[in-house]
Amino acid sequence: MKVLVTVKEVAEADDDFAIEGTDIAASDLEYDLNEWDDYAVEAAVQLAEAGIADEVVTVTIGPERAEETIRMALAKGADRAVRVWDDAFEAGFADVAAKVSTFEAVVEAEEPDLVLGGVQAADTGFGATGVALAERIGFEHAAVVNDLEVDADAGVAHVRRELEGGVEELTDVDLPAVLTVQTGLNEPRYASLRGIRQAQRKEIDAKELADLGLTPEDVESALDITSMYEPESESDAEIIEGDAGEAAGRLAEVLRDKGVGA
Amino acid sequence: MSDVLVVSEHRRGELRDVSYEAITAGRELADARGGDLRVAVIGGDVDGFAEDLNREGVDAIHAVENGEEFDHNVYQTAIAALLDRTDAGTVVAPNSVNGLDYAPAVAEDRGLPLVTDAIGFEYDDGLTVTREMYGSKVETTVDVDGDRHVLTVRGGEWAPAEGVGDAPVESVDVDLPESGARVTGFEEVGGGDVDIADADVLVSVGRGIEEEENLELVEELADALGATLSSSRPIVDNGWLPKNRQVGQSGKVVTPDVYIAVGISGAVQHVAGMKGSDTIVAINTDPNAPIFDIADYGIVGDLFEVVPELIDEFA
Repeated sequence: MKVLVTVKEVAEADDDFAIEGTDIAASDLEYDLNEWDDYAVEAAVQLAEAGIADEVVTVTIGPERAEETIRMALAKGADRAVRVWDDAFEAGFADVAAKVSTFEAVVEAEEPDLVLGGVQAADTGFGATGVALAERIGFEHAAVVNDLEVDADAGVAHVRRELEGGVEELTDVDLPAVLTVQTGLNEPRYASLRGIRQAQRKEIDAKELADLGLTPEDVESALDITSMYEPESESDAEIIEGDAGEAAGRLAEVLRDKGVGA
Repeated sequence: MSDVLVVSEHRRGELRDVSYEAITAGRELADARGGDLRVAVIGGDVDGFAEDLNREGVDAIHAVENGEEFDHNVYQTAIAALLDRTDAGTVVAPNSVNGLDYAPAVAEDRGLPLVTDAIGFEYDDGLTVTREMYGSKVETTVDVDGDRHVLTVRGGEWAPAEGVGDAPVESVDVDLPESGARVTGFEEVGGGDVDIADADVLVSVGRGIEEEENLELVEELADALGATLSSSRPIVDNGWLPKNRQVGQSGKVVTPDVYIAVGISGAVQHVAGMKGSDTIVAINTDPNAPIFDIADYGIVGDLFEVVPELIDEFA
């Protein structure tokens, strides 16, 4: 069976950052593979190693810059990658439906049996693309999966969904399916030197919307970010000043007052 | 079209608090739009739930008697049916694990704009939603096209609806498609030797500890203080501590007398599990870390310098 993994390159803001217009200044952002997607890649690679998946393909919506991140996923064991970018994405904030339209076209071309992606992207935090994609392409789905066992012969994925409050739901999901992967599902590997070398030779297929039979209208967003600001701190914390020794001494007083260590 | 449909949430026989919070958010939106507030309760003991959900400000309750536990196919089908038969334009759902298992599918199915994890909104000529980005470092306002939407609301941002309402309860039957996802059971995780919810003092460790071998340092601090050791999610994800030590939305909710957060940035999922602590102390290098927003005492500094000094104070 074939596994498609949606992989996003996410931006993380530096400790000190400036806001320019409706986004954080590009110079104050660092880019990396989305943490949740790292677990999704690992899950797919493990399925390949177990002989369950024949091929693992990643798909990313992102500019050329994202190829470094995509190479990381390839170095960890994905077979090849599709990267979609278009001027249309530069225009503004892509909403869930815009991403789904893009992934739908890639799914039609790749015909995967299983689509894995992270629960959410660390930067935008919508947590919705996987489930919306499943609805669009007519796949079953399960959100927030922290345990996965695929029975390819029976065409079922046995999953656990991590609910709130330390409760897990055990669910059988018919394939084909989209599963959104929670951190902790597995232990994502570090790319080996050999993997990194091999990744240089693997294919990253760069596509524009037209290559997928899409037009800019297909990825028009219903959402528009109109402002971004640092939230007013609601902190009324007493910040204990001084070097480590002084601060620890003052904190020890506070704690003793509360009866700690008595 | 100006009505708002709030979808309530229950699990294993009990309504979850987010249901009442979503009612408050839904009422706010219905007021701004000049519409009615409708509440859907789907599956389980719908009659009992409907009685509890009948709070002030609720105009109608739709009870869909299908199944016992959450099933996204039932929720999707029931919500679609209610959108067809009522005047509801906007769906408000909890931004919970289950909410995110159906709300995106509802939005996709109906072709409606979706905004998740809302922490506030305004409705003037159209809907403007406030939400966070970049790991809670910034807030954004998002203008949403059209006059129908699907919105999920973050827990703890709206006060729970109170009072007793007199909304009529309508029973609704829906025809269900065959489901390709079947819940086979539930399991409580995180049992074991220690219940961190019982502790009076917790020393809680996060990503800032960097390496597994550094855990000794916070264990030593916990010992010196006579405290119990707990952690944020990444420590458990890495397998450095067992699940029963995890504080947060998917772990335990704790309310100790004193909670000492060491190297924890304070992601919203973590804060949800410890904000009820009497006294919160945070030690973190990043002065902008959200943990300081809820802390009573803070040290902006390197835990590897501060913690050994603190251990010495209690040695």
